[in-house]
Amino acid sequence: MDIIVAENIRKKFKLKNGQKVKNNGVVSDEVEALSGFNLKIRKGEFLVLVGPSGSGKSVFLDLVSGLSSPTSGVVYLDGKPVQAPSAKTGYVFQQYALFPWRTALSNVECGLEAKGVAKDERVRIARELLSLFGLSDFEDRFPYQLSGGMQQRVSIARALATKPEVLLMDEPFAALDAQTREILQNELIRIWEGTDTTVIFVTHSIDEAVFLADRVAIVTARPGRIKDVIDIDLPRPRTGEVRSSSEFASNRHKVWLALKSEVTKAEQYSKLAKGFTD
Amino acid sequence: MSKDLVVPEKLGLKDRSVDMSGYIQRFAHLFEGLKNWSIGLPLVFVFFALWELLPRLGLVDSLILPTFFDTIRVLYDLTFSGKLILHVLVSLQRAIAGFGLSVLVGVPLGLLMGHYRQFEKITDILVQSLRNTSTFALMPIFLLVLGLGESSKIAIIFYGALWQILMNTISGVKSVDPIYIKAARSMGLSEKDLFVKVILPASFPSIVIGARLGAKIALMVVIAAEMIGAKSGLGFFIQNAQYNFMIPEMYAGILTMSILGLIINYLLVWLEKRATYWKGEIGGSIH
Repeated sequence: MDIIVAENIRKKFKLKNGQKVKNNGVVSDEVEALSGFNLKIRKGEFLVLVGPSGSGKSVFLDLVSGLSSPTSGVVYLDGKPVQAPSAKTGYVFQQYALFPWRTALSNVECGLEAKGVAKDERVRIARELLSLFGLSDFEDRFPYQLSGGMQQRVSIARALATKPEVLLMDEPFAALDAQTREILQNELIRIWEGTDTTVIFVTHSIDEAVFLADRVAIVTARPGRIKDVIDIDLPRPRTGEVRSSSEFASNRHKVWLALKSEVTKAEQYSKLAKGFTD
Repeated sequence: MSKDLVVPEKLGLKDRSVDMSGYIQRFAHLFEGLKNWSIGLPLVFVFFALWELLPRLGLVDSLILPTFFDTIRVLYDLTFSGKLILHVLVSLQRAIAGFGLSVLVGVPLGLLMGHYRQFEKITDILVQSLRNTSTFALMPIFLLVLGLGESSKIAIIFYGALWQILMNTISGVKSVDPIYIKAARSMGLSEKDLFVKVILPASFPSIVIGARLGAKIALMVVIAAEMIGAKSGLGFFIQNAQYNFMIPEMYAGILTMSILGLIINYLLVWLEKRATYWKGEIGGSIH
């Protein structure tokens, strides 16, 4: 069953005053981030979006969350068009986006406050989630007192607190060092495998995509659309060991082949764009 | 699987058993603060010494500048006869009323102007024109419209203190990291909650700085206002002392003013630090 259906999405952005862009010889003050974007996401799956920079992956997450709306086309969540943010989706950002004036516990409570959950219940849920991430001893710490990896754990806990049907993750581990990133990937997969949450995860790392995903969707260079969806046939539950298996390498190769031409295209675009502004 | 879990201690963070050393640290901090502060004292002593010596040596007419100790003696008498305290309290009352009003108006207005681009565009020219009109130039108008009573003085103080608070609130709101707003929206926070739970706390440090500057102006304006049309207050006291050629009393009044300003400044610096408790400390304090 599909939980999210994106139908023929187009999303344009107006540039700032005076800024122009040249596309196929046409000068315009608009950028087309997504065009002809179609994608069906199954309930409970872990879907990873990969694609060159600027291909509109994060734009798609914003559309699913209801933070912005498409120029044309519809995103359906549970069969209904997404119109505004709701507790059905949780969002995790690359920059953690924790509120620095709130403690770890209070940050996790935040979404529950918006839902009107009573204080005792909020604290109970938040404590449970923090302990799931091994952060029970840090609930009274402010974000500046936590390492990057811990901050991102709190941020994921915050997004999960409202029990969203869909968890949106926009390059959540990109700002972390390689070791911490791997540890967090393992933790995420362990926690996710115990839930029925659907995850849409954006990354630039093919290794990350293959390790986490049920399916990897390849997004084309701008304007973004889905070029290919690749099934990852690695067994679950997955542990760190799977990374060194030959199946992992062959899946990795499949994704890279599909992605390569798009990355090259995006490189050429950016060179053209630079030539234009010079 | 468990070997993949990070043990927090390994990340270089200590557990909570540091509470005791926290108190010791705070005490050491206070001591350090006092030490830093006392570095400035010798220069103040030099200033007082000059004040004492210049009239004493006859370099300045002691009718124009009474010696430091004469001034202190008068200040002591005035304080313990209760005369001065009454005036100080009256001035403080006016300053607090005017300042409080400017916070009540400036902060909400600033939050709206900072957050809603269109609202700012509509109000900006009027606000900028009013802001750049000297409070002192407007005093006659306030007196004319509101009379010689309390309301005119409070209104002048309000007007003077308003702009710093308003401008700092606006710039505070504008510098809120958009990712906080995005995160809040994604969690489904209502527009009201967005203001109360995100924009206000995020811009609070900037608002407190505005309040500190506003409070300084309030103190300055209250003295000026009392010099123009009042029968009480520190400004009236200083002016009155001058008219009646009670020069030591005049200096005692001015000295009181300085002490008052100093106390309020440190109070607000302390408040500012409290307001940014979640930011962590980078180096020393600035005030």
